Amino acid sequence: MCAVIGCYLRITLAGFHRYSTYRQAVLAGTATNIVFGLIKVGILSGVFLARDGASIGGYDLTTTITYVWLGQGLLGVVDLWSEDDLAERIRTGDIVVDLSRPWNLQTALLCTDLGRAGYSAIARFVPQLLLGAVFFPFRWPDDPMVAPAFVLSTALAVLVSFNLRFLLGLTTFWLLDSRGVRSLYSIAAPTLAGLEIPLSFFPGWAQHALSFTPFPSMLQFPINVFVQDGPVLAMLAQQLLWALLLAATARLVLARAMHKVVVQGG
Amino acid sequence: MIEVSELGRTFTVTRKAGRFRRTRQDVVAVGGVSFEVRAGETVGYIGPNGAGKSTTIKMLTGILVPTAGRVRVCGLDPSRQRAELARRIGVVFGQRSQLWWDLPLRESFDLLRHIFRVPAGDHAKRLQECAELLGLHEFLDTPVRQLSLGQRMRGEVTAALLHGPELLVLDEPTIGLDLDSKERLREFLSELNTTRGTTLLLTTHDLDDIERLCRRMMVIDRGRVLADGPLAELRDEVTPERVLVVDFERPCEELTGLPGVQTVKVEGGGLRQQLSFRRDTVTAATLISMISQRSPVHDVAVIEPDIDDVVRQLYRR
Repeated sequence: MCAVIGCYLRITLAGFHRYSTYRQAVLAGTATNIVFGLIKVGILSGVFLARDGASIGGYDLTTTITYVWLGQGLLGVVDLWSEDDLAERIRTGDIVVDLSRPWNLQTALLCTDLGRAGYSAIARFVPQLLLGAVFFPFRWPDDPMVAPAFVLSTALAVLVSFNLRFLLGLTTFWLLDSRGVRSLYSIAAPTLAGLEIPLSFFPGWAQHALSFTPFPSMLQFPINVFVQDGPVLAMLAQQLLWALLLAATARLVLARAMHKVVVQGG
Repeated sequence: MIEVSELGRTFTVTRKAGRFRRTRQDVVAVGGVSFEVRAGETVGYIGPNGAGKSTTIKMLTGILVPTAGRVRVCGLDPSRQRAELARRIGVVFGQRSQLWWDLPLRESFDLLRHIFRVPAGDHAKRLQECAELLGLHEFLDTPVRQLSLGQRMRGEVTAALLHGPELLVLDEPTIGLDLDSKERLREFLSELNTTRGTTLLLTTHDLDDIERLCRRMMVIDRGRVLADGPLAELRDEVTPERVLVVDFERPCEELTGLPGVQTVKVEGGGLRQQLSFRRDTVTAATLISMISQRSPVHDVAVIEPDIDDVVRQLYRR
């Protein structure tokens, strides 16, 4: 048992190390996040100015700006649409190497992703949180319990996001090339997860419909936990439910793929 | 070590048969292959592209589920006990990497130690050995992405051996390597087999690999085994003709009337003559003594058929 944990812990650390080797890429990513953050702050401030500061869906201007910097920072951590390594490995056939190892592929890739997320939390989330807090009106939580809840919620968001991406990658086994599916996802996911505008800006019916999907669990919920909008336990429970449900589905699909489908290439 | 009987794998391929219609067609990649490999053997598994080599290897390692027949490796059912089997065999794919692109070689090895759950002491000892024999020391701390192909292959082979496998499966291990690197790798593998008794099964298109490394050769084409046996035996069976090159002291008229012998070439006005004969009808020694009675011989040489010829003959079957 210890050996099992040691193995996956080591894979997590390697994931952290792998992403930390690309400093310039991380820097460029963070810079892009900041530029888009500034644009969003500009647009959303304009909206509030036009409404004479009246709040929208429970968000006032300070909460909205806080939302922007949290969202921009978390984007790199939960990784909504980055290049899918798995799909590429299935497409080229390199997946045979991963499949001939004495590990659980899903757990191993999850650990790599957790390592990546951990590095992103330090290199991408924290700088943008500080930027927002120092230079903009910022709403810090007034309850110390928010900190652990936020960390937990973010971790669950990574789990949900990873399993969704993993499932999308697995479709390559059947589709042979999943770029179509993934580009559709990369357009839909950010909006539905609440990256562009807070989900509470959406019309009631849309919010209701989204509450039956895993999308809010990936970004909006951790932000809500931080800005203390909505019932924390209910959101965490929903995230946990989605994480488990998607992990179980992905596990089934992987087993199915391994049994039926061709590993491509000679 | 490996027991395979009537092993088969069929793929279903969907083809366009009209604007909307699709027909399904079964393609046989491997059709009823049987063989056995005992511990300590060195087997070359060869065949033209698309013969079913890689498909067989994938079934042996448990990545692909057979559609027919039975396969057991190290006494295990590969597709059902994949993880357990993975700990007991090593696999090298010449065209794929099992190392982590972004990490130094040493860290890739360390990660593999944890994945295969190898005790630290064993790991250090095996790494030391491989590093010594394959000359890894100079690039152990280089990220894998910066290694040359030759260096990377040495790393790949090491990676496959760190958990001390009983069986090493190599899928085209020497592909793309220069002559020096090939030779070095072959030497290492050969030594691995003799000193540690590791069973080797390798697919290759480089027949020198077989000649230098494998005591047994298995030829497969279109999913069937065409030939299986020691290289020397296959050579005699497929190409029983040998060529005898005779240099005479002075020009000699074309030799005729020798039993079972045909003239291939006469050079220098009869100074050098090439004769082909079947080894099963006449021995080279008898032939030489017969010839030297006719005219004084300066030098003789017997030319064995090239392994390429043997294989070309086999593919034609």
